[in-house]
Amino acid sequence: METKAEKREKQLLVSIGPHIGSEESIPRIMWAVSISLLPAFIISVYYFGLRAIAVVGVSVLSCVIFETITQKMLKKKVTISDGSAFLTGLLLGLNLPSSIPLYQPVIGSLVGIVITKHLFGGLGYNIFNPALIGRTFMLITWPRPMTTWYKPVAGITTMDAITTATPLGILKEDGIGKLIETFGDKMNLYINLFLGNRAGSLGETSVIVLLIGAAFLFYRGYITWHIPFSFVGTVMALTWIFGGKGGLFAGDPILHLLSGGLILGAFFMATDYVTAPAIRKAQIVFGIGVGALTVLIRLKGGYPEGVMFGILLMNCFSPLLDRAFKAIPFGTIKRK
Amino acid sequence: MLEDIGIIFIASALINNFVFSRYLGLCIFFGVTKRMETAIGMSITFTSVMVISAALSWLVYYIIMIPLNLGFLKIVIFIGIVSGFVQAADTIMKKVTPGLYYKLGIYLALIVTNCIILAVPLINASEKYNLLQSLTFGLGAGAGFSLALVIMASIRERLELADVPKSFEGLPISFVLTGLIALAFLGFSGMIPL
Repeated sequence: METKAEKREKQLLVSIGPHIGSEESIPRIMWAVSISLLPAFIISVYYFGLRAIAVVGVSVLSCVIFETITQKMLKKKVTISDGSAFLTGLLLGLNLPSSIPLYQPVIGSLVGIVITKHLFGGLGYNIFNPALIGRTFMLITWPRPMTTWYKPVAGITTMDAITTATPLGILKEDGIGKLIETFGDKMNLYINLFLGNRAGSLGETSVIVLLIGAAFLFYRGYITWHIPFSFVGTVMALTWIFGGKGGLFAGDPILHLLSGGLILGAFFMATDYVTAPAIRKAQIVFGIGVGALTVLIRLKGGYPEGVMFGILLMNCFSPLLDRAFKAIPFGTIKRK
Repeated sequence: MLEDIGIIFIASALINNFVFSRYLGLCIFFGVTKRMETAIGMSITFTSVMVISAALSWLVYYIIMIPLNLGFLKIVIFIGIVSGFVQAADTIMKKVTPGLYYKLGIYLALIVTNCIILAVPLINASEKYNLLQSLTFGLGAGAGFSLALVIMASIRERLELADVPKSFEGLPISFVLTGLIALAFLGFSGMIPL
């Protein structure tokens, strides 16, 4: 079996650039990202039971179906095999609470795939991350089901479920003291957050498995350090400076790092190729912007979690950032 | 006092952004955001008109209207003040910066009866802001509107290359886009109790 590059060698094509062939393609990257989210999916089934499979399954299935229908209606080539609709559905599902009524992810997928993606021209043209717009739409439309969290009960078949607030919810309503009390002591709190034994969206809870997935993406070179590290760094710095009750530099950056959807957002959603800036310097500004907005909403906003809104707000700025950091061709003389 | 000013600025620019949460000024918002140049020119004009008309109407409201008990006429009088001032600005711009004047064309005339320009003095009057607060509110509203214009222009320039379905090209997709940006701006809600 010859590779693509070898075939190209033999054919002696005369064409315009790019001339360097690569094995990478959209399907390859999309499926690789989906695979990197597999550990998070498995751990969500472990913590939240079979319900997790149902929620994620409905999201994925409805995204793929909506993609097919829309592309058929627009008389475009149906591209469900490239995995982008699958990935959108997977991300949407992993961002939902386990108790959500199952018709709601269908509507979320409709908004994400049809309105956010295909009305703007399909893959590569969307301004906003489809999964996040779907989730935001659901949060605004059904605020109660979208913020009803169940305590994770390790075990595949769970019948009894206890509702509770997410760590960030407790932090916002009752303060840090109550949060530490809920988990025993501080070390215990960190360990539980790191392992994911807490209430929250299906895929966001377990930091360690998300980091394993992210490491895979780094190894394959699909994401670079620019966006995730500037994002996470800004969140940690700002929560350390402003997060405390008693004056500056009294916050708890580790708590903010481990809770909410920060890791999932930073490594898997802020790094989306389409909706983030393409220029490296702009990516760093993008990451810092998302981090600052996240902290602003977490500390001052009406919502306990700001990662989703932070990413969406900076998505609006991506074209502007790319424009601002456009490379100046060598030798250009600045015109007045 | 200073904190108060900061809150008014942030609230009028981001939290209650005139385009994305009050849905005002949409005609101009869609009209001038096809090109970045016009968007920037318009945002400068708009912000300065807003700040000056906020100041003018504050003076008229508290020096003339309140003592004479004419508060019920504020809509009519504010329209008069704003349109008189904008007409003057229009004439001055025509003489001083003809280039910018011809680029912005019809939109300058539209400012006269624009809802945002009228909304600023009306909100100032109903919130009973003092002069400094009114100026800040006008500046914040202008900054928020400029932000909206610049974001929108940058996205629409990118959308020109996109394969948008035929029936959605141009204005329809811009409305959809504005709705989605408004969705993102909801993240700011509840930030400052007003």
